[in-house]
Amino acid sequence: MSSPIKFLAQKHRKQTAIIAVIGSIYVLSSWILNFDNFSGFTAVPKAFNWLGVNFFPTAESVELLPRIWQKLIETVALAVSSTVVAAIIALFVAILGSKATGINNYVHVVVRGIASFFRNIPLVAWAMILLFSFKQSDFTGFLALLLMTVGYLIRAFMEIIEDEASETMMALKATGASYFQVIFQAVLPQIMPSLISWVLYMIENNVRDATLVGILTGTGIGFIFDLYFKSFRFDAVGMTILAIIIVVITLEVLSNQIRKVIL
Amino acid sequence: MLEVKHLTKSYQKDKPALTDISFSVEPGNFLAIIGPSGAGKTTILRSLNQLIKDDDGQILLDGSDIRSDNKSQLRKHRRQIGMVFQNYNLVERLTVIENVLHGRLGYKSTFAGMFGIYSEDEKREALDLLDKVGLKDFALQRCSELSGGQKQRVGIARSLIQHPKVILCDEPIASLDPASSHTVMHLLKKLTVEFNIICVANLHQINLAKKYADRIVGIRQGKLVFDEESDMLSEEILETLYDQTISKELK
Repeated sequence: MSSPIKFLAQKHRKQTAIIAVIGSIYVLSSWILNFDNFSGFTAVPKAFNWLGVNFFPTAESVELLPRIWQKLIETVALAVSSTVVAAIIALFVAILGSKATGINNYVHVVVRGIASFFRNIPLVAWAMILLFSFKQSDFTGFLALLLMTVGYLIRAFMEIIEDEASETMMALKATGASYFQVIFQAVLPQIMPSLISWVLYMIENNVRDATLVGILTGTGIGFIFDLYFKSFRFDAVGMTILAIIIVVITLEVLSNQIRKVIL
Repeated sequence: MLEVKHLTKSYQKDKPALTDISFSVEPGNFLAIIGPSGAGKTTILRSLNQLIKDDDGQILLDGSDIRSDNKSQLRKHRRQIGMVFQNYNLVERLTVIENVLHGRLGYKSTFAGMFGIYSEDEKREALDLLDKVGLKDFALQRCSELSGGQKQRVGIARSLIQHPKVILCDEPIASLDPASSHTVMHLLKKLTVEFNIICVANLHQINLAKKYADRIVGIRQGKLVFDEESDMLSEEILETLYDQTISKELK
């Protein structure tokens, strides 16, 4: 009778120990880094205050809005186009590579490897590598976003196919349907909502990332951000950030609505 | 006639899943396969349309062996064998009638099948079959909106539009409530007689097996231990089959 009670007491002790360990790791690492916790925390309000004063958009920066707006649209278009092209490529590769619809296990392992390779090279690294070949242009940004997104979507699509389509695939195979009939009549309709949901998520993500890529490739909203920042026009930088935030939130709300309808 | 002769299968070496299974069924007959979980019932059923490749034996449908088929012969055999699943395995996003029409894919060219182009006759037949399973007014509803029992009836209509000689039912009522279970079993029995087809069903519900099946095959640890008219099923046999007394189930 006493063993469950003992077990619970032990569990409490374990949890306390884990929290203590995490706490001491924190203390140890701030000691190694010579990090002054107290002044670190008190600096936070000051930093925000500085941000608020310097980055607050002024009447002058409002006049820049049309230009910011135009570059922002370019950036959103870049994110959308790279994601859509990536989704088409990823769908083909995922169908060839998934355990349920794929050619064989070797192809599965190779496809997973390729997807993981594209995914795990940081976006900034992709952009900098591609800059050598394609110079500072929208296409460099497009390609960098495309490659990373392909990596993410192949992995996601393969898992969706395996999770959501295996059972209906079996049913259609049993009726004597051929491979392509099964793909078009069972797999694609079955996975479509999850697929669209992932594409929307990647578009949201890529609008943010396209800003970063733009700083490197000198295009889109990233270029404007960089330009204002380096010429100390912090009020204009604040305006740019505000515009980006508004667009990203709008996109998020929009895609959530779309999800609600299709799921 | 469906004849199974000396069917053998093992997933791992020296661990046979099925040893020397033989039985046969005539058209118009309902055969139930019973036995504990893991006995090999699903393996038998899925061997019958070669969703699982067995190791040895013969599966004869009207005298021709399904096991020696090449790809296109297998496709032709499979379209004569309908299948009904425990989880219905419908494309939930599509409408009821689209799911029923999927049963015609085995008869269509790859292109027409890919894009779901069906003839007027096929569409009319799909509606007739929906009427037969009691879902006439549901044709344009999405399958995700149906109840379990309704989904299973769509599954049955999908298998019937194949003009099958055999319908295989893999635990057709395991996910259904008692009332829906009876509806589905009754329907399967009725259609078996009406279309003069062979119905083979894996069942856990011994009382329903006894009530609706013409014959019962008992499987235990991959071996056939019972193959008789369903009236012959007795308490002693159930005890050897399940290693415990389950007399209540017979009533």
